[in-house]
Amino acid sequence: MSTTLSGMATRPLAAPRRRRNYARRYWMFAVPAALVVAAVIIFPWFFTLFMSVHEWKVSGNVYYVGLTNYMHLLRDQRFLWAVARTLYFTTASVILPVVIGIWAAVCFARKFRLRGAARTLFILPMMATPVAIALVWTMMFHPQLGVLNYLLTSVGLPPSSWVYSADTVIPTLVMVETWQWTPLVMLIVLGGISSLPIDPYEAAVIDGATAWQMFRYITLPLVWPFVVVAGVMRIIDALKAFDTIFVITNGGPGTASETINMLLYQTAFGYYDLGYASAMVVVFFALIMLLSLILLRTRQQELTL
Amino acid sequence: MEVRGERDTKPAITRELAHPVGAHRYRVRRWINDAGLYASVLILVSPSILFFLWMLSLSLKTEADNIAYPPVFIPHPPTLANIIDVFAKNDFLSYTINSVIVSFSATGLALLFGVPAGYGIAKTQATKAAVLILVARVTPGLSYLIPLFLMFQWLGMLGTLGPLIITHLVITVPIVVWVMIGYFEGLPVALEESALVDGATIWQAFRYVAVPLARPGIMVATILSFIFSWNNFIFGVVLAGRTTRTLPVAVYNVLTFEQISWGPLAAAALVVTAPVLVLTLFMQKEIVAGLTAGGVKA
Repeated sequence: MSTTLSGMATRPLAAPRRRRNYARRYWMFAVPAALVVAAVIIFPWFFTLFMSVHEWKVSGNVYYVGLTNYMHLLRDQRFLWAVARTLYFTTASVILPVVIGIWAAVCFARKFRLRGAARTLFILPMMATPVAIALVWTMMFHPQLGVLNYLLTSVGLPPSSWVYSADTVIPTLVMVETWQWTPLVMLIVLGGISSLPIDPYEAAVIDGATAWQMFRYITLPLVWPFVVVAGVMRIIDALKAFDTIFVITNGGPGTASETINMLLYQTAFGYYDLGYASAMVVVFFALIMLLSLILLRTRQQELTL
Repeated sequence: MEVRGERDTKPAITRELAHPVGAHRYRVRRWINDAGLYASVLILVSPSILFFLWMLSLSLKTEADNIAYPPVFIPHPPTLANIIDVFAKNDFLSYTINSVIVSFSATGLALLFGVPAGYGIAKTQATKAAVLILVARVTPGLSYLIPLFLMFQWLGMLGTLGPLIITHLVITVPIVVWVMIGYFEGLPVALEESALVDGATIWQAFRYVAVPLARPGIMVATILSFIFSWNNFIFGVVLAGRTTRTLPVAVYNVLTFEQISWGPLAAAALVVTAPVLVLTLFMQKEIVAGLTAGGVKA
C-alpha cells in the first residue's frame, strides 16, 4: 500500500476535467455514511455543548444555567489537579515512546535475520486487548507476589511500590503506556525511513561519516515530519488514555492517578452529573485540539492529515 | 508496505571500494555494528515477549504455583483448568457470543457505509470530509457516551446489544472510511473510465470495477475495524447490562466482583485477547499497511 502519510500530502491536486462533471454525483456514495456520522458523531458533539450549559442530572429536572458549569470547573481543585496530572502523564507518555520508537524504527529499517518475526512481536502490545494486558500488568505490580519486584530484588535493586503509592503510580502507568504504544511510533517513523532517498547516505559514507552522524544529520531531519505526526498521535492518545488507567488503578490510590478522563467517567457515570461532565468534555476536547495544533504548527507544511 | 532496508548494505560496498586497504578494519567495525543491532532488537522486543510469556505462564499454572514466591516461571505440569474454569464459572461463552455479534455487526455496517463513502470522498477529493474523520478520532470516547447514553435510555434500548453496535460505529466507520479513501485514491482510474465510456452507471463502475480492485484495501479495513471494535472497553463498560457484556467488560468484572485468583484471571485475559493476537500474527502485513496509512487508531 503506497499511501503513507507523505502520500497524503502529494496526492494529485488537479483531477482530469472530464471527471469533474461526475463530482457532484459521486457525493451520493458518501450520503449513507454521512447520515451515520451525523447521528453517532456530530449529534453527540452538539448535544454535549447543549448539555454543558444546563444543570443536568440523570434523574431530575434540567435547568439552563449558562456558563455556571464552566465557571465551576475553573474553581474545582479536583479538576485542576486532574488537568495537571493529565499533562504530567501525557508529557512523559509522548517523549518516551517517541524516543524509543525512533530508535526501534532505525533498527527495524535495517535488514537482519528474523526481522519480520521480531517486528510482529514488537507490535503485539499495541494490538492486544487493553483490558487484558492491564489485568496482567496489575498482577505483575503486586508488591509482595508480583513478578516485577521479584526481578528487581533478584538483581539487587530495591522493590518498587508501583501503582500502590502516590509517588510511583503515574511513572508506572507511563511505563505501561510506553510499552503499549511505542510500536505505533515505530511504524509511522519506519514508514518515513523507508521512503528516504539513498544518495545522501552514500555521500556520507564516502565522506567518512559515523553511524551516529548519519542518523543525526541525515535520517532525523528527513523523517522529522513523520516524527511530528507520531508525536501528535501520541499526544491525542495519551490525553485520551482510559482503559489501562481505569483497570489498573481506577484513579487511585486516592486520586493520585485521576486524570481528566477518570474524573470525567466518575462525574458522568458515578455521580450522574451529566451537565457538569459535559462542560468537562468540552474543555477536555479544547485541550486536546490545542496541544495537537501546537505541535502541528512546528511542521505544518508536510502535514495535510 | 514493503520496507526498503538495504540502505546500509549498498554504502558498505561503496566504502570497501573507496578504501580497499581498510577492508579488514571495516569488517570488524561492521561486526560490532551488527552485534549492536541485534542487541538493540533484543532489548526492544524482550518486554513484549516476556510479558506475553508471563501471561501464558500465569494462565497455565495451578493457583498454588501462581502465588508462590519466588515465582514459578515454567508451569509443570501445565494445566488447562484455568481456561476451562473461565468458561464454566463465568458464563464467558455468552459474553464471547456478544462480542462476536457486536464486532461483526459493527464491522459489517462500517463496510457497508464506509466503503462507498471512501470511494465518494476519493473521487470528489473532498479533503474537508477527511478532516471530519480526523476530528472524530481526536474526540475522547466518553464525549460520545454521555449524549448517546441518554438517547438510548430515552429509547429504552439499554440492556440490548443495539447501543453497543451503534456506538462501535463511532470507531469502525472512521477507520474504514480513512483506509478506503487512501486505497481508492491509489487505484488507476483508467478501468473505471472505460466502463463509464461503455455506458456503465457510476454505481456499476463502483460495484463491478472499483470494489473488486480494492479488495486488499477492504481486507485491511475489515481487520483493523474488527480488532479495534473487539478491543473496545469504554463503550461496553457504560452501556452493557448484565447479559449484554462484551468480553473486555466481562474480564474486567472478573477482576472487580470476585475474589481474585490469578490463574483464572490471566486465563480470562488470554481468552479475550487471543483472537486479536492470532490475527496480528497472521495478518501482520495488512495491519501494518493500514496503521501507517494515516495512523488510524480508535
